[in-house]
Amino acid sequence: MEKYILPDIPGLHKIDVYESHGGYKAFRKALDMKPEEVTDEVKKSGLRGRGGACFPTGLKWTFMPKQTTKPKYLCVNGDESEPGTFKDRQIFEFNPHLLIEGTLIGAYAMGITTSFIYIRGEYGKWIRMLEKALADAYAKGYVGTNILGTSFSTTIIIHKGAGAYICGEESSLMNSIEGMRGYPRIKPPFPAQFGLWGYPTTINNVETMSNVPLILNNGWEWYSKIGAAKHPGPILVGVSGHVNKPGVYELPTGVPLLEIIYKHAGGVPGDKKIKAVIPGGSSTMIMRGDQLEGACMDAESLKAAGSSVGTAGLIVMDEDTDLIRVITRISMFYYHESCGQCTPCREGTGWLWKILKRFEKGEGRSGDIDLLMDIANNIEGNTICALGDAAAWPVQSMIRRFRDEFEKRVEPAPARVEQEAAA
Amino acid sequence: MLSEQNLKKIEDLKKSYPTTQALVLPVLWMVQEEHGYISEDSMKYVAGLLNVSFGHVLGVVTFYTMFHSKPIGKHHLEVCTNVSCMLRGSDKIVAYLEKRLGIGLGQTSKDKKWTLSEVECMGSCGTAPMLAVGEEYYENLTEEKLDRTIAELERK
Repeated sequence: MEKYILPDIPGLHKIDVYESHGGYKAFRKALDMKPEEVTDEVKKSGLRGRGGACFPTGLKWTFMPKQTTKPKYLCVNGDESEPGTFKDRQIFEFNPHLLIEGTLIGAYAMGITTSFIYIRGEYGKWIRMLEKALADAYAKGYVGTNILGTSFSTTIIIHKGAGAYICGEESSLMNSIEGMRGYPRIKPPFPAQFGLWGYPTTINNVETMSNVPLILNNGWEWYSKIGAAKHPGPILVGVSGHVNKPGVYELPTGVPLLEIIYKHAGGVPGDKKIKAVIPGGSSTMIMRGDQLEGACMDAESLKAAGSSVGTAGLIVMDEDTDLIRVITRISMFYYHESCGQCTPCREGTGWLWKILKRFEKGEGRSGDIDLLMDIANNIEGNTICALGDAAAWPVQSMIRRFRDEFEKRVEPAPARVEQEAAA
Repeated sequence: MLSEQNLKKIEDLKKSYPTTQALVLPVLWMVQEEHGYISEDSMKYVAGLLNVSFGHVLGVVTFYTMFHSKPIGKHHLEVCTNVSCMLRGSDKIVAYLEKRLGIGLGQTSKDKKWTLSEVECMGSCGTAPMLAVGEEYYENLTEEKLDRTIAELERK
């Protein structure tokens, strides 16, 4: 399919090149429409958030109060930290003006005075690239006061994070912008009512905002026909792990996972079999290699397959992969990144990691598999934000789908008793 | 504590945010860029500058992985060991660096030249394994590439 988010146009990151390829036309078009017409267009297009939750973008925009004297904010989430995810980085580098244009359109539609693009601190190099693009957009009059001779004024500020996965969670991201520790907030109230500094706020992912200009340029009908009917549009699929050609591929949603792996990512090195796949970043449920047939990269299909799209960061593991090592590493990540507010997550993630380390050494105890499941079940749904769920799901799915891997690592009871006696 | 240039930048930033507290992260970044780390005195300075408590600043510094409250080596080598990198041999990268630099993960060399850390996913999964040194990413690493990288850093 043709590429829209990351087209192969040399120098597209430069504003002149971007403009000569129709850049900022969608924004001009939006400025000629009523704000609610723009929101309606996005709503009808069927665009769903690309940050992991797949929430309908247009609908989210309608949650913003229309009649208010309060300032309204837009946060564009570029905290991209989900293991296996490296797509937003490509947008900052290769098509930053698309993101800026999408942000401006969103700002116009919702009556936003200030937008913050929050980018993870590790992306210093990419922050500079976006800063350059933004400065050019200001210089050309696309951002600022009385934009392109209209009465619309809006500003965009790039805000740098400092190394915290949790800040990709929308309420944590807002607290981080406010200059605090990145603790998620209890919801309700939702951001559209009580967001940044208590004012109405919408948070959208970088890739989501980069889809918006396409919708304005080509119309909602055109957009809604790309890919899967209930989850349409182009999607940036990041493929990593055991494939010959890892990388980010722009594909229509609904593309079969096997096509992604074999056609686009060049298959598995050494023609090995696929043991397992994590379809959408480490928080999504792991799938067995024999479950991949028929599974596609869209919300409905992956839900039916017992997983989810997440950030479309596909991690492929060949037949020789030690999955216990994989899940132990994933659990270490959630333990490290838990913000510590909620007891089930703060303590539970550490317990999961500790027990999994026993399995890694081949010292799992009888009862440990059930214990892991019990802990994961008690984290899931019992925390302020979804990090707890994200820590629980990989463990639950790994046990459900690869129980034999765990059983192989349970130390026979007598050996342990002898060891303990000797100690 | 901070350069004139940064102090001016802070005044500009104050116009962009409704509270001075929102400048805590940007100002801490400035401190770290100028001094290499954020000392307790620096935290007190930032607290005074932005009219927030020292406790608040300390809380922020200790929350975010990238802020250092202690001095680190001249070159901070951060190796991602998360799943995508692990599947493509990040453990070998760590082992090689440990041997080559004579330090373990989380350690700084005696000459204060190197600090080696294991970090979480850096968004380099398609170019794994990787190493970050400051803002620079070194990707698709091999032992030869590591040698070249270390030699390059040694000259700096």
